[in-house]
Parts: sequence; C-alpha cells; structure tokens
Amino acid sequence: MAGNAQRITLAKGLNMGLRKAMEDDPKVLIMGEDVGKLGGVFRITDGLQKDFGEDRVIDSPLAESGIVGTAVGLALRGYRPVVEIQFDGFVYPAYDQIVCQVAKMHFRSQGRSKMPMVIRIPFGGGIGAVEHHSESPEAQFAHTPGLKVVACSNPVDGYWMIQQAIACDDPVIFLEPKRQYHADKAELDESATPEPLFSSRVIRQGTDATVIAYGPMVKIAMAAAEAAATDGTSLEVIDLRTLSPLDMGPVLESVRRTGRAVIAHEAHVNLGMGAEVSARITEECFYSLEAPVLRVGGFDTPYPASRIEEDFLPDLDRVLDAVDRSLAF
Amino acid sequence: MTQQPGSPGFGPDLAEVFGPSQSDGGPELVQLLTPEGERVEHPDFRFDSGDVPEDEAIRGFYRDMVLTRRIDTEATALQRHGELGIWAQLLGQEAAQIGAGRALRPQDYVFPTYREHGVAYCRGVDPLNLLGLFRGVDHGGWNPNDNNFGLYTIVIGAQCLHATGYAMGMQRDGVVGTGDPDRDAAVIAHFGDGASSQGDVNEAFIFAASYNAPVVFFCQNNQWAISEPIERQTRIPLYQRALGFGFPGIRVDGNDVLATYAVTQAALQRAREGQGPTFVEAYTYRMGAHTTTDDPTRYRLSDDVEHWKLKDPIARVEVYLKRNGLAEDDFFAAVRTEADELGHHLREGCRALPDPSPLSMFDHVYAEMTDELAAERDGFAAYLESFEGAH
Ligand SMILES: Cc1ncc(C[n+]2csc(CCOP(=O)(O)OP(=O)(O)O)c2C)c(N)n1
Repeated sequence: MAGNAQRITLAKGLNMGLRKAMEDDPKVLIMGEDVGKLGGVFRITDGLQKDFGEDRVIDSPLAESGIVGTAVGLALRGYRPVVEIQFDGFVYPAYDQIVCQVAKMHFRSQGRSKMPMVIRIPFGGGIGAVEHHSESPEAQFAHTPGLKVVACSNPVDGYWMIQQAIACDDPVIFLEPKRQYHADKAELDESATPEPLFSSRVIRQGTDATVIAYGPMVKIAMAAAEAAATDGTSLEVIDLRTLSPLDMGPVLESVRRTGRAVIAHEAHVNLGMGAEVSARITEECFYSLEAPVLRVGGFDTPYPASRIEEDFLPDLDRVLDAVDRSLAF
Repeated sequence: MTQQPGSPGFGPDLAEVFGPSQSDGGPELVQLLTPEGERVEHPDFRFDSGDVPEDEAIRGFYRDMVLTRRIDTEATALQRHGELGIWAQLLGQEAAQIGAGRALRPQDYVFPTYREHGVAYCRGVDPLNLLGLFRGVDHGGWNPNDNNFGLYTIVIGAQCLHATGYAMGMQRDGVVGTGDPDRDAAVIAHFGDGASSQGDVNEAFIFAASYNAPVVFFCQNNQWAISEPIERQTRIPLYQRALGFGFPGIRVDGNDVLATYAVTQAALQRAREGQGPTFVEAYTYRMGAHTTTDDPTRYRLSDDVEHWKLKDPIARVEVYLKRNGLAEDDFFAAVRTEADELGHHLREGCRALPDPSPLSMFDHVYAEMTDELAAERDGFAAYLESFEGAH
C-alpha cells in the first residue's frame, strides 16, 4: 500500500492520531493549557481547534488539578477527554485527582462509572530545559492500580497508540518522549493493522542478550545494538510500549533464549520500571539466566541542571557497559 | 472586555457586567504618573520617597528600570546566541518589578516566580546568577538568605503557599506589629495572572486570611499566560477576588513605577503592622514573548503590542524628568554607560560560567548523604575514569 504511506515525525503522528480520533467520535474532547490557538507548546494539537472548534479543543485555565478533575466529570457525563499536561513536572498538582479519583472511579462504583480518559504527558529529558521539564514519572502511575500506562517511542506507534488509548474505556497515562517529537521520521501506512495497545514488541532480533527499553530509550537501545553488532555481539531489543499492564510475554520468551537481560530507562533506577521487569524475569526464567538482570537508568538524584543532563541520562555507552557486564558473567 | 472566546452562552458578556472596556485598567486603576509623563493625584495613595529627596528617588527608579531592561535584552541576546537554553523575558514589566522591589525593606522576604529579574536586581542578587539558571549550570545560584530573595519557582503558584507559611513564621518570631520600623517585617509573593487559577494560590489566600499573615500577594497581570488571555483565567477583575477571601485587593497601574511603589509600600506596611494580607494586582502587559521559545504571533494581535508600547514604563519617567528639568543629558548618558557596563559584565560573565562537574549532581540530594547514593556516585566516578583511560 505504498500509495498510502507518508513520512512523518512523532509530533505529526500524534497530531494525525488525535485528529482521526476526533473525527471518528464526537465525544472526544481535548483539554489543556495552550492546546488551542498555540497548538500546545510542542504543537501536538496544532490546527485542531481551528477545525473542531473551541468547544472540543478547550484551552483550560492554568490549573492541572482543575483540568483533570473536570475531565473526570466530563467522562462521567459520557465524554472522552484527552488532557494534555504541558510538561511531566507539572502533573503533580493533578496527582491527587489522578491517583485518588481517576484511578479508582471504576472500582469504587463497581464498574458503573467508566473513566475513558487519556492523560498525555510529554516526558523525559535531553532538551536542555530548566527544572521540572525533564522528569520521568511513569513508576508513580504504574504503581497505581486502576491506571493504564503506555509510552510510545516512534511516529507510527504515536499515530496508532493515541487512537487506541482514546478508544480504551480505562484511564490511560500516555507518555510521549518529548526529545523524539521532531527528531526522526518514519513511514506511516494508515491502512495497516496496528499492534494491540497493551503489547510489547521485539524490534530487533539478536541472540546474545536482550535489551529492554521504552519511550526515549528505545532509540538509544537500538543504537547500542547497532554498535554492539560491529563488535560481533548480537543484541535483541524489545520496546516495552506498555508499562501497566506490563506485557512480559515477548520479554520472557526472549530472555529464555538469550539468557541475559538489560533494562534501560531514563527514570531513577531505585524502584523504577526496571525493578519490576527484573523481578518478573527472575521469577519466571531464573533457570534460563546466565547473568543477573541489570538495570541502566537515571541516577537516584533529582534531575540535574541541563549542562550535565547528558551525564544523568543513560547513553549508548552506559547501555553497552551493562551488556558487557552481563556477558562477562 | 471581550466575550470569553469559544463559549457563547456560557456566561454573561463582561462588558455588560463591568461596563465598558477594561483595557485601560478601569477607573479603579491607581495611577500617579500618566503614560504622557504627567503627575496625577490619587485620593488614597501618594508617592512618598521618605528620607530621599523625591527627584533623586525618581531618577533612581529610572536608572533601576533601564538597568533591568538591559539585563533582559542582554539575556535575550545571549539566548539567541545559544549561551542560554531559554530566557523568561520581562519587557514591559520593569515598573511593576522596580516599584515592588524598591518598596521592600531589607528584613522583608521575597518569594519570586521565574520572571522577577527586576526584583532580584533590587535585592542585590547578581544577575549572572539568574543567567546561570537559564543556562543550565544550576537551579539557582544565589543563597536565598543572603538577600531575603528566594529561589525562582518554576511550578506555577507553589511559592504563594511558601510565602504564607514564611509569614506565619514571622508572626511567631514576633517581628510583626512591634511598632519598630527596623524590626517589623513582611513577605511578598510574586506570581502571574495565570497562576491565579492554581489551587495552591487560592489555598494561600485562605491561609493568609485565616491567620492574618503578613504577606502581600503581588500579581503581575500581564494579560497572558503563554497563549491564554486573562479572560481564560477570570471572569472578574482579578483584584476583586481578594474580597471574597477576606482581604483588600488593589489594582495599580503596573507600568507606573511611582504608583506601584506607593501601593506596594502601603500593602507591605499594613502587613508589617499586623493588619494582614493584601492582594496587589499590577496591571501591565507582556510586550515580549512568554519566553524565548514562545511564538506570540500565533495568538496575539500586534495592534495590542503597539497600544501598550505607548504606555512604556521607562519612557514616561524619562519624559517626566526631562520636561520638568529634573535630569540633564549627562544623567541619561551616565545611565546609558552604566547599562553598557552591565551588558558587558553579563556577556563576559555568562560565557565564563563553568559547567558543573558531572559528579556534582550527587551533592546536596540529602543533608546527610546515604551510603546507597554514595555507592552510586562512586560507581559512576569509576565508570567515567575507565573511559578516560580508554581514550
Ligand atoms: C504547574 C505548572 N503548570 C504549567 C506550567 C507551564 N507554564 C510555565 S509559565 C506558564 C504561564 C504562566 O502564566 P502567568 O502565571 O500569567 O505568568 P507569566 O509567565 O505570564 O508572568 C505555564 C503554563 C508550569 N510552569 N507550572
């Protein structure tokens, strides 16, 4: 279907996905700070207010608790709000609404009240920003039962995953790697059948060790695999895509073959997603392991000043270093 | 004021409720120096320069505003040259900041947002420290207690609660309402019109009112929160909100340094004397972009900018001084020279700001370092060293 294919960025994929979701379902609303005329500070909602009007693409007051809290009410009324949190570090004023209300409404009402809400959060660092603009808060949400948490890593997933998240009847925390927004282009075929939303995927096959990543680290994991190949090391790379529920199937299958696993994310290592993935691998394929499961992540410090963020963020070398340590066992 | 965009039928037209256009701040606006540079009287507020002769004080304000604008334009240029990651511009807000900043006494305490470069200057914070934050060498290089000027706060509105709590601490320390002007102290919290929508800000109002805390809430209503106009945050003039919380609100011409000074001084004085909080709405306009990454042409009319240029806070003082023969050419020349020197200091100093060492990120995470974190730091140090050996 080459005729349908076009090359797009992640920002464009998300924008097209949002547009498609709004066309398909008149109950879909977009809410957030600056999402209207400005098209969001990252321009992800660019042009949507112009085409769908101010009642469907809603510039909200500057109040995150207000944005999410009113989205709860709209969802209770049958709408499907898609809210944008401007930057990861600004989700916390809404944290109470998200973990105490959004996450628990279905449970509390014994299934009578659905919360079909998507909370989009540009996350992660690497853009030279000031404080609170580079955080990776995923574990805080993945630790909350009732929320589903996904992270896209590429333009094609961006296009499909945002639509699937909007169609989902559960609340979805939708993490977008902001440093990837305008970085790379990929070919999108809108007539293709997408992968299911809550599924992990092997994106490079290999035999010596499995590298597991999501969001912004996927690109780095792929680059590490590329570099390792030149040294004769064959790395399998898995894009986790869904953090809650965790789709461990492809991960376990892979680690059983390679016997080695390295998990990479930008978030702090301590109690991060890597801890959960590691624990599950250890529980499920202990006898296949040739080495302990290793984690590579941001240090357990607050996100530092941007001039040294490259030292904080795991890079290709740190991933390869972990792979070497794993292979040395 | 325009109908709230995009919500026909969601509320009354503000013009019906509050009378004709408020774009000039309305009749309640406290003004002591007009945009044309004329002094005017106000029944409740008077410019009082204290021990300093009035003309000298006004010349001082002029100098302060010119230097503040220079900090801003220089930083904007440095950002364009890639020396700063981002810069939050204050163009047009100089009078609001200098008026408020000069009304403070040394013992008062400031809780700023991220745009208070003029107030920082008044407190004696080296503007290079401000650049450091925006360059990304630290999260704020000054010691808050050196100048009673807190660190910049990026999360909108959070500092209003800190300010209120700090003021409650002052009450407990017995430095409020003692009658000793050198001892009585107050707190000022700066924030924007957008911030007025945050829960934290509204909770700060409740606490401050409830405990009669000596705090002045100083809102620079620059009409915009990034792309969102003031109508998106409030359906009534902001200063009127204060009444609902139980304390006075005053709207002052934020482009008039004399009025801003007079009003803030009065509000701080009330607080110091133990009469509780005041909300000051400095009615002004953001002439530049929100930050250097923003593109206001996507949402703002250039006509508005032109309109507000006529109210420039520096120009009106200059006209006043010149027309009344209160400053000669050599005064203006000296201020220009000083601004050039400041510009030079910022350019040279900014480029010379050293990058922090990678290991510095492990410092100060805790007051008492943990073994766990120390081990992580040592592991990273060894990793970095192994690298150096290899190359
Ligand atoms: C809690 C939070 N949400 C969002 C942001 C992103 N943001 C930074 S500045 C800004 C607009 C602020 O407007 P206003 O309070 O009017 O202050 P101004 O910058 O105009 O002086 C926004 C939305 C933030 N810093 N903090």
